Amino acid sequence: MIFAAITTISLIALIAGLALGFASRSLPPAENDQVEQVNDLLPQTQCAQCGYPGCRPYAQAVVESGEAINLCPPGGDATVEKLATLLGREVIPLAKAAPSRREVAIIDESLCIGCLHCRNACPVDAIFGAQTLMHTVIESECTGCELCVAPCPVDCISMQAVA
Amino acid sequence: MSAPTFDLGKLHGGMRLEARKSQSTTQGIRDVPIPKQLIIPLKQHVGDEAQPVISIGERVLKGQLLAEHYGSLGAPVHASSSGKVIAIEPSPVTRRYGDKAPCIIIETDGEDQAIEAWEDPVDYRELDPSSLMQKILQGGIVGLGGAVFPTAQKLMQATSGEIEMLILNGVECEPYISCDDMLMRESAASIISGARILMHAMSIEQCLFGVESDKPEAIRALEDALSTYDDDRVVLKQIPTIYPSGGEDQLIQLLTNREVPTGGLPSDVGCLVQNVGTAAAVHDWIVDGQPLLSRITTISGDGVLNPINVRARLGTPIADLVEAAGGYTDRAEVLIIGGPMTGKSISTDEVPVVKATNCVLVLSEAPSRERELPCIRCGECAEVCPVNLLPQQLYWHACADNEDKLREFGLVDCIECGCCDLVCPSHIPLTYDFRMAKARIRELEDEKARAERARRRFEAREQRLKLEERERAEELQRQKDRARKTGKAAIAEILKRKRKKDD
Repeated sequence: MIFAAITTISLIALIAGLALGFASRSLPPAENDQVEQVNDLLPQTQCAQCGYPGCRPYAQAVVESGEAINLCPPGGDATVEKLATLLGREVIPLAKAAPSRREVAIIDESLCIGCLHCRNACPVDAIFGAQTLMHTVIESECTGCELCVAPCPVDCISMQAVA
Repeated sequence: MSAPTFDLGKLHGGMRLEARKSQSTTQGIRDVPIPKQLIIPLKQHVGDEAQPVISIGERVLKGQLLAEHYGSLGAPVHASSSGKVIAIEPSPVTRRYGDKAPCIIIETDGEDQAIEAWEDPVDYRELDPSSLMQKILQGGIVGLGGAVFPTAQKLMQATSGEIEMLILNGVECEPYISCDDMLMRESAASIISGARILMHAMSIEQCLFGVESDKPEAIRALEDALSTYDDDRVVLKQIPTIYPSGGEDQLIQLLTNREVPTGGLPSDVGCLVQNVGTAAAVHDWIVDGQPLLSRITTISGDGVLNPINVRARLGTPIADLVEAAGGYTDRAEVLIIGGPMTGKSISTDEVPVVKATNCVLVLSEAPSRERELPCIRCGECAEVCPVNLLPQQLYWHACADNEDKLREFGLVDCIECGCCDLVCPSHIPLTYDFRMAKARIRELEDEKARAERARRRFEAREQRLKLEERERAEELQRQKDRARKTGKAAIAEILKRKRKKDD
């Protein structure tokens, strides 16, 4: 009688153990999910102000190498709070002040020489143009990251507030 | 007279408000003289701005197309009198925040010369539904009940076959406003004819016409018109006078006992609602060839001498309408476009009458704003809410900026009727708070959509860069391979040529 009970319990334990072992191997690691979740909370401006080349790389760094959660100025304090809740970390003040308004880049088309520098710098392909021809910003797609401003050799790009 | 049919659907909540309509219904509709200048906004409807097709300095005739419709939701704009286009520029309009919008400004010549009809009028019954809808679109007709949704695009819902019933909205539940009442009294035949055209455009055979029982003159006129047409597809229904029974979903509930689901449209329950003014405008365009050039507007309140309903050309400054109503009294203090419950107060009477302007209200004092006190959770607001929401809970979550809870408690379904404000013993401006919360949620949603687009574009770019990198590497490899393969032979060839030359 007692052997029957021991055998049954051991069998159940074995099956459960195998199932868990299988699940942990074949299902994607939870970390990947978390990168996705963190990326979802980021504003997707792709501005690289955090020191990483975009929002997803930053999300990866936050989850995998424990990077600080206060490096995203466009996200503001709200994003820091959400990240802290998600990751169970402490809320800390932003490393750099958040922008006060939404801005987009505007190219002064009369000055543009068509050098392609800004187009190559845009992380979301929101600049349109070809070599030696005038460029323009697709306003609805511009995230206001300012990455195109510095590369312009004739300083014809400025940031303007959106109404 | 048909017996009042109060036993149809039941509306939750609502209020009996003092009507204050009789002051503006003692006289017939009066025409407003042609103003010196017409200010015609390019956007008088929900959707994209119309695109001007005339140039500055051009002489235009009454009924001429000024700007054509643009985008999937749009409506054209016509000249409401003859004259010269002197500018196309931003001018103050009656938007919520009183800002400026692009307008076509016409200096009228007083001749009111009309354009010749583009085509001979055809009998609408010979047109198939889709060409009839196209024709309605060209007339610049939009919902005249206040929402200004382009009529043709609304009718297009019927092409999916979901619509079985047209509902005509002759319910004017907000105090002071009487323009639909007067229209029903004076142009009942046009309304019924318009309803028949609308039914033809949607290929449906049923129309319920809802009118409040406190409009006996209008009901009599409509019954007369109905008996002339002898069309038993149109059924007149009287409904009780309760604010806000004229709301689209509320009227459907009252007339058909069907409830429009949360976040849904009337088409979900097989209905399509049109205002009586819209039906009359459809008749004027399809039968008489007259596009939407004017509308009836109520001028009322204790701030004007002679409250009245006027027929005003679109683009006429509000000041001219007030003039037609005898001018301001000494006590006039507040100018409101729309009714006292849902209207907007404006700071200048230089703004034009647009397709949405159903009422101009001039009051001697602003509706008293008492000091706001804390919510005591009495639940009065939930009793009167016609949409069956819990305003006190919504208020709580709006104060806490809790968007998820606001969604959960159905903020999107709030029709901003203002009943909860009126009954609140703590004088909390609930409707205002809800309007702000809705705007904030919309902003957040926009932001989210933008972020999602940016993420997709960023990922697409990454992929493209990777692909380009790989292609470059492959090309380099190919060149190397080619050089290795043909290199030796090529060098030998060159050396041979050189030797030959040297010899």
